[in-house]
Amino acid sequence: MAKIIVDGIEVDVPPEYTLLQAAETAGKEIPRFCFHERLSVAGNCRMCLVEVKGGPPKPTASCAMSVKDLRPGPNGEPPVMFTNSPMVKKAREGVMEFLLINHPLDCPICDQGGECDLQDQALAFGRDRSRYTENKNAVENKYIGPLVKTEMTRCIQCTRCVRFTAEICGTSDMGNINRGEESEITTYLQSAMRSELQGNVTDLCPVGALLPRPQNFRARPWEYSKTPGVDISDALGANIRIDTRGREVVRILPRLNEAVNEEWISDKARQSVDGLKLQRLDRPYLRENGKLRPASWAEAFDAIAAKAKTAAPEKIGFIGGDLSSVEDLFAAKVLAEKLGAKNLDARQDGFKLDPSHGRAAYLFNATVEGIDQADALLIIGSNPRWESPVLNARIRRRWRAGDFPIAVIGEKHDLTYPTEHLGFDPAALQAVARGEGFGAVLAKAERPLILIGAGALAREDGVALAALAAKLAVKGDWNGFAVLHNAASRVGALDLGFVPGEGGLTAEAMTKAGALDLAFLVGADELTVQPGAFVVYIGTHGDRGAHRADVILPGAAYTEKSGLYVNTEGRVQMTDRAGFPPGDAREDWAIFRALSAVLGKTLPFDSLAQLRALLFKAVPHFARIDQIEKADAGALSKLPAGEIGGAAFVSPISDFYLTNPIARASKVMAECSALAKGALKQAAE
Amino acid sequence: MSARRLAEQQPDSFEFTPENQAWLERQIAKYPAGRQASAVIPALWKAQKQHDYWLPQKAIEKVADILGMPYIRVLEVATFYTMFNLEPVGKFFVQVCGTTPCMLRGSDAIIEVCQKRIGDPRKVTPDGLFSWLEVECLGACCNAPMVQINDDYYEDLTAETFAKLLDDLAAGRPTRIGPQNGRRRSEPLGGLTALTEFYGADGESGPLSAAQPAHPAE
Repeated sequence: MAKIIVDGIEVDVPPEYTLLQAAETAGKEIPRFCFHERLSVAGNCRMCLVEVKGGPPKPTASCAMSVKDLRPGPNGEPPVMFTNSPMVKKAREGVMEFLLINHPLDCPICDQGGECDLQDQALAFGRDRSRYTENKNAVENKYIGPLVKTEMTRCIQCTRCVRFTAEICGTSDMGNINRGEESEITTYLQSAMRSELQGNVTDLCPVGALLPRPQNFRARPWEYSKTPGVDISDALGANIRIDTRGREVVRILPRLNEAVNEEWISDKARQSVDGLKLQRLDRPYLRENGKLRPASWAEAFDAIAAKAKTAAPEKIGFIGGDLSSVEDLFAAKVLAEKLGAKNLDARQDGFKLDPSHGRAAYLFNATVEGIDQADALLIIGSNPRWESPVLNARIRRRWRAGDFPIAVIGEKHDLTYPTEHLGFDPAALQAVARGEGFGAVLAKAERPLILIGAGALAREDGVALAALAAKLAVKGDWNGFAVLHNAASRVGALDLGFVPGEGGLTAEAMTKAGALDLAFLVGADELTVQPGAFVVYIGTHGDRGAHRADVILPGAAYTEKSGLYVNTEGRVQMTDRAGFPPGDAREDWAIFRALSAVLGKTLPFDSLAQLRALLFKAVPHFARIDQIEKADAGALSKLPAGEIGGAAFVSPISDFYLTNPIARASKVMAECSALAKGALKQAAE
Repeated sequence: MSARRLAEQQPDSFEFTPENQAWLERQIAKYPAGRQASAVIPALWKAQKQHDYWLPQKAIEKVADILGMPYIRVLEVATFYTMFNLEPVGKFFVQVCGTTPCMLRGSDAIIEVCQKRIGDPRKVTPDGLFSWLEVECLGACCNAPMVQINDDYYEDLTAETFAKLLDDLAAGRPTRIGPQNGRRRSEPLGGLTALTEFYGADGESGPLSAAQPAHPAE
């Protein structure tokens, strides 16, 4: 530890701390533009100048100098640093004046206005009047993709976006071309950025140069109601802030959670918001003579009740969707129990593991934070770049820290870090299990991480593959068996036991012709029920499920209800309601409650609070919000080994941008998808 | 000066000649494995020399592919250094030094000749022979004003000698590289005034030849 005196306050900080961090430890705020905690230090904006004794006799960029670089005083006194001396004040004013030389005075028409670092800092640290008489420099706008609108005249060349795409995304899309006064931030010849995290540059940009294109001129930052939520576009459960203006969800921003998403979210999480308004089901529908017609709730319930009366319990099934909250599935499960139905399943993709295999068999046991401690990684049947871009960025960060061998079994993808490709099929995994090739690396590793995706676990031989992979993953206290799910609802559903009861059918079996008479799809859009069954779809969007449905009951999307979601590592997280569902739509649990009364099987709760009380009694760990209930690694060794097929692993996601009904309704996602497909085609040529 | 952009007319492809490819591989071998991006400036320079003194887009991409760099990183380098020409230049590419010593010694007149004779900077004459550009100090201040034409320096210019130089180049007549006013290298114009016992004894300036004793007094 090193001592330093900041404005008369002595603090004890690690010697590698920068002066800026030391000042923050002392509670002194230092203005900055280019410095960002998660990016490399550039030191080019000069806004963080401070005065030091024991260092160079001039203002010093505090972001780029460490405490250990400073010399102690003549009698060994700790180095002294000032953050508010006259020299510092003058230096900041000077820097700010230089930054503003070419910055346009268009704050009133700039979307960043109100949440602009330059605006705030000019107010706090700048001069009180202008001395500019000269013309300002103008810079051509650049096209850098469908998600980011540029206004490059506003750019102050902090290069945060350049460092972000190079270091975090790993795509090196952006760069600073030309020099001096003419320097410009751009992508290569104005091509679109290729990262699934590109939307984050709009958060990083300290000025209004890079702005979210879909939210262009939509609202002012102070007009938003801000609601904390959880992202449901993948199973990571990234923490988000839902910004609403009036009834409308306008934008979604990341919320800081070091253990999950740090401060990033994927583009799908951020920009599928327009999908929340399109293709929405806002009233019940009833199929008559092959055609859906608007109906009242009572009509819809009566039609279901008529069907339920004649259907035998073993011919009634419930399929849970990928976006359903735990409460939705719990209400469905209780109703299923009341109806005597044992056919219930939330694993639309055919995921083979269930709670009977032990909780450790379906969790990302190593935890997301555990990636930082892992010392070798084997990816089996998964493409983390598409299945969870933010998690992939964390893997990339671990790789950048060094000494992190990574191998892949399954499809070959550019994961933004170098990998050793061991093979396309399970034979490669069997070889690793025998200790050949990469197996030796894993054997030597103290904390090996085995990331296994639905590409492996949703196969017929999924359980056997899990058993094989689990053998490589557990070492002492370390459980590196890491299942990467694709559905936000999956772990919650499995914890809840939303799986077939004894003799019950799996989701896949339920879709077969003749399997069911009455099928409830709780937002299940990833499979199609074959003709024969009477299908009740409870969901939000006119997607695959609704097209097949005989009765549509309009539900609430994830921004329109308070719900629990359990992410892939088993972390329970709660969202708040940011707005109300459109039209007649209701929260799913309330729909089940109302329907149950018509069916004569009234559910034992009348409010969400009552539902949760029952839920927490059934599964106590759901009550421990933001915590991970550790799973017992012992279950992994009991996984039954079995026959393993020879077919190659196939990644479950073929199009990152269109994996759920909200994203499929979104125009922005459609544009991104078309662009990505074009890019993929180009790469293949 | 406005922001530099790649040329609008671009060739369809770029390949290094086998000799240049071999040369480039020798340059890359100078750097440790994984640090081959260090060879980006020599690689771009060779590409520019091979391609009529300007860098097409395909050459930038070729260099990036060879060195395993993202395209944007190579573009950053190519646009940062003004010595990399991004647009076609004349057969004789005139770089006029306009920095202080040359300016004090009359580079304005040279620029005027360029403007009159060749036209606007960075524009190639219709016959393809000339284009010109004002550049920063080329390091030949004692022979100011001076220009660099392709790889050669022409120094101690006046408007007249420079105009004649351009005529000679255009007509394909031989030219004399270096000072254009009869001066030898950067020696005084009127001959040596000091150290004459060391230099100039043979009527030629420059270090003594091997036939002469290093210290005549001995």
